[in-house]
Amino acid sequence: MRAFALTLLFVVTNVFAQSDPALDARLKKLEEVLRCLVCQNQSLADSSAPLAEDLRREVRALAVAGKSDDEIKAFLVARYGDFVLYDPPVKRTTWLLWFGPFVLLAIGVGIWWIITRRRRKSDDDEDPPPPSGVDKARELLDSPLE
Amino acid sequence: MKSLRLLIPLAVFIVIVGFLWAGLGRDPREVPSPLIGKPAPAFELVQLQEPGKKLGTADMKGQVWLLNVWASWCVSCRVEHPLLVELAKANVVPVIGLNYKDKNDAGIAWLKQNGDPYRLSVVDADGRVGIDWGVYGVPETFVVDKNGVIRYKQIGPITVEALEQKILPLVRELQKA
Repeated sequence: MRAFALTLLFVVTNVFAQSDPALDARLKKLEEVLRCLVCQNQSLADSSAPLAEDLRREVRALAVAGKSDDEIKAFLVARYGDFVLYDPPVKRTTWLLWFGPFVLLAIGVGIWWIITRRRRKSDDDEDPPPPSGVDKARELLDSPLE
Repeated sequence: MKSLRLLIPLAVFIVIVGFLWAGLGRDPREVPSPLIGKPAPAFELVQLQEPGKKLGTADMKGQVWLLNVWASWCVSCRVEHPLLVELAKANVVPVIGLNYKDKNDAGIAWLKQNGDPYRLSVVDADGRVGIDWGVYGVPETFVVDKNGVIRYKQIGPITVEALEQKILPLVRELQKA
């Protein structure tokens, strides 16, 4: 009986130890950058899918066991791939994702630069503007009649 | 030269359409598993029909086998089940069932009703082994080679095409190795 009471006490205190607000806040923050695989546009924190519940439980257990956020992320990535991270790591397969937009921007700036430079150049060394109609008319008027 | 320059926007457009078209054809629910080419996560679980006995990944060393994740509550498991039953009749490759987050009696009743294609099923009641195997959408099927390395993963129900074009050829190749 006493052993039972002690176990109960242990379990209860353990439960209380787990509902520590600092830990809750940390887990909440961590779960917000993890993707739920079942409902893919929700984070682990938002999702109520059974798998998300299991994964939250797993994440909590790892955190209680003293694992760091990075170790917890590594645990999930090893099983579900980089897809679980909302912030994908920079590596060879994600270069296009990370640098593609900047490459496109550079190409755009390059094209813009070439076009404006060309335009300015043609402005500079353009021939004098063709004589306008009025000038032509005056010329004709001024010319001696034959 | 000038008409060639006019073609540039068209070329860019075609490239974008190409990317979008390829993207349309892909199922966003099929997340490539990082476990392919890696040793299968070890487990030792109680058997569904004989709770006194266990089966572990170590027991399957030396043969090519399939792990099929199923549950009685899983609707699309019913879709693939006839294929598994046929596969079992052909006796090509042993299939181990991982009864995922299910109630034992419900699982046993489901097998009685739909046929039992499994060499045996093991119980993963809390889904803990499922997490180790990266399971997120039941049914899932893994092909494990003789050295215990995962070689292929089917997410969602097995289709005739997947079975004939991917799973069976791979199994035969691995069995020869």
